[in-house]
Amino acid sequence: MKLLVPVKRVVDYNVKVRVKPDGTGVETANVKMSMNPFDEIAVEEAVRLKEKGIATEIVAVSIGPSQAQEQIRTALAMGADRGILVETADTVEPIAVAKLLKAIVEKEGPQVVILGKQAIDDDMNATGQMLAALLGWGQGTFASKVEIADGAANVTREVDGGLETVRLKLPAIVTTDLRLNEPRYASLPNIMKARKKPIETIKPADLGVDTTPRLKVIKVEEPPKRQAGVKVASAAELVSKLRNEAKVI
Amino acid sequence: MTVLVLADHDGASINQPTRSAIAAAGKLGDVHLLVIGPEAVAQAGAKIAGVAKVLHAATEHLLAEPAAALIQSLAGNYTHLLAPGSALGKNVMPRVAALLDVQPISDISGIVDADTFVRPIYAGNALATVQSSDAKKVITVRAASFDPAAPEGGSAPIEPAQPAADPGVSSFVGAEIVKSERPELTAARVVVSGGRAIGSAENFKILDGIADKLGAAVGASRAAVDAGYAPNDLQVGQTGKIVAPELYMAFGISGAIQHLAGMKDSKVIVAINKDEEAPIFQVADYGLVGDIFKLIPEIEAELNK
Repeated sequence: MKLLVPVKRVVDYNVKVRVKPDGTGVETANVKMSMNPFDEIAVEEAVRLKEKGIATEIVAVSIGPSQAQEQIRTALAMGADRGILVETADTVEPIAVAKLLKAIVEKEGPQVVILGKQAIDDDMNATGQMLAALLGWGQGTFASKVEIADGAANVTREVDGGLETVRLKLPAIVTTDLRLNEPRYASLPNIMKARKKPIETIKPADLGVDTTPRLKVIKVEEPPKRQAGVKVASAAELVSKLRNEAKVI
Repeated sequence: MTVLVLADHDGASINQPTRSAIAAAGKLGDVHLLVIGPEAVAQAGAKIAGVAKVLHAATEHLLAEPAAALIQSLAGNYTHLLAPGSALGKNVMPRVAALLDVQPISDISGIVDADTFVRPIYAGNALATVQSSDAKKVITVRAASFDPAAPEGGSAPIEPAQPAADPGVSSFVGAEIVKSERPELTAARVVVSGGRAIGSAENFKILDGIADKLGAAVGASRAAVDAGYAPNDLQVGQTGKIVAPELYMAFGISGAIQHLAGMKDSKVIVAINKDEEAPIFQVADYGLVGDIFKLIPEIEAELNK
């Protein structure tokens, strides 16, 4: 069984992002970039499925600038077999990402596509669900457990108030939540080996997909800052302030 | 303009994030509420202030695939399709958007006009104002940003909606929903949260006294969840629940960016931490530096006075 794992190059989650002074976006020049953390979980899950003998091949796909090869290499070092880079310098919205991935899925024929539930840059939380719709596949979003057997995937999902399990006919889409697994660090020998694994580079036009954005960014701004308040000296003072000053209890 | 809102519910009542989505929808046009579930939920929906009509599709479970197909079949009558930014809305609405060839607009925190919306990006560290060129808008609503519509006061007619054919690719297996006496995190007036400093799952109970006294929901930071001290559905933050209660009390939470993104719209924030340099103090209205294990019983005792 073949698995497809899309990985996105994003600003590293430890970086405090800065809004550009002209309000057109956030500063990404000279900022540390990494694989989207939810995508790392997706790669890890795919590698575990291969280690269990359920999957036979893992294809990592990234859509982004030529530097997104680095994120594909990370996936290859974790255990993916080969990579595909859909190279574009433009902003690609989830609808276009889903269409590009659909074209790749139709070419590659994976049984499961595992995606991060959301990218930590645009926080859209949409691509997996959209890809599932375009393919007419079932979707197991926000997964905390995935079991694949007998042509189906049982996916336990993180929902409000607890967990829900759905059974999906394969082929299917899974999107990862935080507790699904803890991604491994690639070992040095595996990083070396990953350098020899193949990465194919194509363009969005090769897949016949129009990536023109549907959303025009009017402006990007800093959120309103909260004023730091006061320090209180004791539990008694705190409770008194909450009762008499803030009047919230 | 007429706007369709997908209701999120627990099989009996409609939750507060849905009422926030109804309030947001009311800024755009007439509001129709789609209830996929039992009749009793449709009746509850009909009473919500600002709902002009309830569409009711009777099904046992709310799976994304048939729900999206149903909404697609209804979409012709609407300019905007909304849902709360809950696990349900996030699951279903992007699927609807793809079926309609629309780029969804996730987690809006503001409405500028019928095409233009504000939404947080980068874990709430920036706010983007975006204008959609799609003919229909598919939107999820950040509940904390809109005051919910009143649960009573309306008397909308209920019409049956014909469920679309189930694509037959998914089925419901089971659910484990935690039953709690406490209010739901996203709807609570007071939230009492613990961080990694709590130290263990056993210690997490130390927050119960204050929570009981204040009728509060209990929350946790991602660090506490990752350490296994609290279940994931208590997680407050960009990767968990977004809350905006009247009072948010953070015990032993340092205030990582991703946590602040989930609670900084709270009306009053209290931080109790032994590290006086902790970033949480920069957003707190009231800060108290000290050992939480000493201060929690003291605060509890003061509340009982």
